[in-house]
Amino acid sequence: MAADKEAHSSADYINHHLTNLTYGQHPDGSWGLAHGAAEAQAMGFNAIHLDSMAWTIGLALIMMFVFRRVAKGFSAENPSKVQCFVESLFDLAQDSKDSTFTKQAKNEWIAPMALTVFVWVFLMNLMDLIPVDWIPELFLLFGVEYMKIVPSTDVNVALGTALAVFVMIIYYSLKVKGPIEFTKELTLQPFGKWMIPFNLLLELVALLAKPLSLGLRLFGNMYAGELIFILIATMYSTNLFIGALGGVAQLGWAIFHILVITLQAYIFMMLTIVYLSQAHEHH
Amino acid sequence: MNINWTLFGQSIAFFVFVWFCKKYVWPPMVGAMADRQKQIADGLAAAEKGQQAQEVAEQEAAKLVSEAKSQAAEIIANAEKRGSAVVDEAKETATAEKERIVASAMAEVEQSVHSAREELRGQVSSIAVAAASKIAAKEIDQAAHADLIEDLVTQLKAS
Repeated sequence: MAADKEAHSSADYINHHLTNLTYGQHPDGSWGLAHGAAEAQAMGFNAIHLDSMAWTIGLALIMMFVFRRVAKGFSAENPSKVQCFVESLFDLAQDSKDSTFTKQAKNEWIAPMALTVFVWVFLMNLMDLIPVDWIPELFLLFGVEYMKIVPSTDVNVALGTALAVFVMIIYYSLKVKGPIEFTKELTLQPFGKWMIPFNLLLELVALLAKPLSLGLRLFGNMYAGELIFILIATMYSTNLFIGALGGVAQLGWAIFHILVITLQAYIFMMLTIVYLSQAHEHH
Repeated sequence: MNINWTLFGQSIAFFVFVWFCKKYVWPPMVGAMADRQKQIADGLAAAEKGQQAQEVAEQEAAKLVSEAKSQAAEIIANAEKRGSAVVDEAKETATAEKERIVASAMAEVEQSVHSAREELRGQVSSIAVAAASKIAAKEIDQAAHADLIEDLVTQLKAS
C-alpha cells in the first residue's frame, strides 16, 4: 500500500514536471488556466502554453539585447570577452551559410536567420541544465501550478520553429525557382512525366519530412534528456544512498548534456541552412 | 504533448526575431567587423608603404652622403692646389722683389761710389793745383809753365 502510494506520487511528480502552464478554452466554453494535464488535454487546440511562450520569447529578448549591446559598443581596439564570443558566433553563422550556399544564391537573410536559430535553440536547450525543481518550486511559491522551463521540450515550440523554416522553404522555392519550376520539381522527378501522381506523392513526403524531422529531432532529444533529469530527480526522495547516486548521475548527465544541447542547436541550424539552400538551387 | 496555438505562437516569434536580427543586430555588428578588418588591412598596407619609403630614403641618404664625400674631396684637392699656387706665387713675388731691392741697392752703392770718386778727384786736382801753384809761385813763371800745368790738370781729371 505504501509502495503503491510512493509509486503514485512519483508518477505525479513526473507528470507535474511534464505539464505546461496552459491557458485556453475549457470544454464548457469558459477561458482559463488548465489545472492538470487532463484539463489541458481537454482544451484541445484552443490553448496556449504560457510558460513555453514566455521562456522562448524571454530567451530571444535576452539574446537580441546582448547582441545589440555588443554591436553598439563594438570596439575594434579593445574588444571585451563578450564581444569576442559574440563575434565568433556571427562568424560561425556566416561561415555555415557560405559553406552551404552556392556563390550565385545571394540571400542576406540566411546568415542572420542561422545566427538567431542557433543561439536561440541553444539557449532553450541550455535551460535543461538548470536543476529540474528550482524554477517550478520558485513559481509554486507565487501560486503558479505548472512551469516547464525548457521550451524545446515542448513539441509546439520545436515544431513551431520547424514550421517557420518550412514556410521559408516554400517561400524561397517559389521566389527563386518560380511556381512553374517548383511544380515541375515536385511532379516530374524522379520518374518522368508518366508517373506524375507517384512523383508528387514521393516529393511531397520528402518535402514534409524536412520540417517534421527537423522539429521532432530537436523535441525528441531534448524531451528524452529532460525526462532523464526528472527521473534522476525522483531518486532524491528515496534514501541517502540512492540520493547520492542520483547526485552523481545528475552531474554526469548534465556534463554529457552540454554536448547534446550544443550539438542539437548546431544540427538544427545546419539543417535549416541546407534546406534553404536546396530551395535556392535550380535543377 | 498537445498541439495548440503555441505552435503558431512560436512560428510568429521566430519570424519576428529573425526580422529583428536581420534589421537591427546583424548590420551594425557585421559592419563593425568589416570596418575593423579594413582598418587592419589598411594599417598593414601603410606599414609596408612606410617601410618602402624608408628604404628609398635610406638609399637616397647614402647617395647624398657619398656625393657629399666626393664633393668634399674635390674641394680639399682644389684648396690644396690653390694653396700651393698661392705659395708659389708669393715665392716668385718675393724673389722678384728681393732682386729688385738688391739691384736698386747696388745701383745706389755704385752711384755713391762714383760720386765719391768724382768728389775725391776734384779735391785731389785742386789740392795738386794748390800745391803746384805754391811751388811754382816761387820758381816758375806762371805764364811760361801754363801749358805744363794745364796738361797735368787734364791728366788728373782723366784718371
